[in-house]
Amino acid sequence: MGNMLEIKNLHVKLEEEDKQILKGVDLNVEAGKVHAIMGPNGSGKSTLSYVLSGRDGYEVTNGSATLLGEDILGMEPEERAAAGVFMAFQYPVEIPGVGNMTFMRTALNAQRKARGEDEISSADFLKLVRERAKELKIDAEMLKRPVNVGFSGGEKKRNEILQMAMLEPKMCILDETDSGLDVDAMKLVAQGVNALRSPDRGFLVITHYQRLLDHIEPDVVHIMSEGRIIKTGGPDLALEVERNGYENLKAEDA
Amino acid sequence: MALPQVKETATEAKLAALSIPEGAAWSTSIREDALARLRKVGLPHRRDEYWKWTKPDSLNAPEPTPAALFDAGGENPVFDAIDRLKVVFVDGVFDPEASDDLSLTGLEITRLSDAMATDIHWAKDLYGTLEARGQDPVARPFAILNTAFATDGVVIRATGKAEKPVSLIYRHQSETSDAILHHVIKVEEGAEVTVLENGPAAARFNKVMEVDVADTGTFHHVRAQGRDHERQAVTHLFGRLGERSTFKSFTLTVNGVLTRNECVLEFTGDDATAHVAGASVGDGKFHDDDTVFVTHDAERCESRQVFKKVLRNGAIGVFQGKILVKEGAQKTDGYQISQSLLLDDDSQFLAKPELEIYADDVACSHGSTTGAIDEEALFYMRARGVPHHIAQDLLVLAFLAEAIEEIEDQELADDILERLDGWLSRRRG
Ligand SMILES: Nc1ncnc2c1ncn2[C@@H]1O[C@H](COP(=O)(O)OP(=O)(O)OP(=O)(O)O)[C@@H](O)[C@H]1O
Ligand SMILES: [Mg+2]
Repeated sequence: MGNMLEIKNLHVKLEEEDKQILKGVDLNVEAGKVHAIMGPNGSGKSTLSYVLSGRDGYEVTNGSATLLGEDILGMEPEERAAAGVFMAFQYPVEIPGVGNMTFMRTALNAQRKARGEDEISSADFLKLVRERAKELKIDAEMLKRPVNVGFSGGEKKRNEILQMAMLEPKMCILDETDSGLDVDAMKLVAQGVNALRSPDRGFLVITHYQRLLDHIEPDVVHIMSEGRIIKTGGPDLALEVERNGYENLKAEDA
Repeated sequence: MALPQVKETATEAKLAALSIPEGAAWSTSIREDALARLRKVGLPHRRDEYWKWTKPDSLNAPEPTPAALFDAGGENPVFDAIDRLKVVFVDGVFDPEASDDLSLTGLEITRLSDAMATDIHWAKDLYGTLEARGQDPVARPFAILNTAFATDGVVIRATGKAEKPVSLIYRHQSETSDAILHHVIKVEEGAEVTVLENGPAAARFNKVMEVDVADTGTFHHVRAQGRDHERQAVTHLFGRLGERSTFKSFTLTVNGVLTRNECVLEFTGDDATAHVAGASVGDGKFHDDDTVFVTHDAERCESRQVFKKVLRNGAIGVFQGKILVKEGAQKTDGYQISQSLLLDDDSQFLAKPELEIYADDVACSHGSTTGAIDEEALFYMRARGVPHHIAQDLLVLAFLAEAIEEIEDQELADDILERLDGWLSRRRG
């Protein structure tokens, strides 16, 4: 009951090569909760977020993933988005020639259309985007530029959060949104995330650092290693990782 | 040197079907001279270097391949909402009924056949002149043929700043029409004119536009070739630029089984600027060839060629572009870019970018690329909920933007964008 995202025994390999990356991931994110995933480089965290958002190149060999009980693995990326899945990219993509505003409005209206809702008017959209951008200290000039082109690393990450705030998804997956952020930007991003916390929204926050979790307090912390969740605990688990690293956890687990 | 037999046969077969239109003595003399020049070079052959990627056969044939009329389904043609002076040609024949009154402050507009029948007319010094200059170092036989046999067209003299654009509108009503139009435009010192062209002209279309821009004159040209899916067209745009003059031409090419657009520009005065740009989108049986030759023979001139082609379902795009910088043309700034976006593996882009420089203090660059759609960008947009086809269209428009931005007038640029949008959305599956 109350599961926003339910991942069961998820096995994923690369489509092109015979390389298994996720080797049986089990994870439930309840509505209203924030789950964090930590884990060493290459353990499969980004792969999990890509597979959930529908990127090509991966093959699900076993297991399932559902959003509010509905299978998402069979959906196109845009269908998942309309259903409420949002992934803030670890490496946001630059799209020369496509304006940030045009992009956001097209995305928002496409999602609304897919859900059978009315399109947002230009005036309402403008008002909304200005409001949300201001909260994230994104200036008007950045909104006019092509998507992520010429944005600094931190600006790109803030732009991801802006898109999230505009699209109001049900399930937010943040892949290392804190990396590359200075202290102030991290606070802004955390504020942005916290403002969206609500009883009918779930969060999966992938990070390497405790410091983000100081600002976005997780309910549950998972440790991923070699394609599996090897340990699950409360906020303290993140502190333990910060102190002792992953090596001890692995040893303890074995 | 005698013509190779194949060329002579093809040329004579073509000529047998054509006759020199009547006119004043000067007109006949220019046309006969052109005829003699054509006999010397002959029609192109597919083994000619300049025609290796575009087969001239259907253009050479004495009779045109019939072309079905296009039903636009009530959609308004491009430039419809623009305040302009309309000059209409139906299957290559001027239609006074459908045209506006040919008078406009700052301009003198005359039907070609009227000008050519007048004993003393300024067009005498221009008709066929730029075309003839443009034959060296590469022959452009269809342009010579045009000078000899063009039956209609307009001659425009800009003496001041034209009040509004002159809009040449082509209409196609006969499935077998074979139109030859020749326009002559003379932009005098400090004068300014914008010429628009649109519409399917005929089953087969041969058009020449000669534009002489005097010192400090300004010429703008925006053309939309579209709607006629079975178009067979060969067009030539010849331009001469005087000191501190400006020449800007943009062409949108959509559909058409065979389109060869040649643009031949020559800088004769210092400090002039010429931009020529093209955006084309082709789906299936589409062959679109842009052949550009820019000669810098003056100092501190800037030339810019921007060509972008989006191709799918076996469509073919060709670009042959050259910047020739003559001795003494110091401080030339020449830029050329030709790029294609191939939406599938069946389509093809063939490009030959060339620079030939005989001056030592110049800045010239050229580049040509062929690419596929950016899958990362596509996924990023889809992950935000933008459906695949819309995401792809956004990337296509982004790709074409650099060419479309060459249109200075925002209203015209928006109109062109709207056409592109419409074309793309009609192809969404
Ligand atoms: N498309 C791919 N081609 C080849 N290898 C891949 C591909 N995608 C993922 N991998 C491999 O899968 C493993 C997991 O990668 P993933 O990016 O999911 O790790 P991560 O946990 O996000 O790491 P990091 O903390 O460095 O971001 C790595 O060994 C990576 O090299
Ligand atoms: Mg990662």
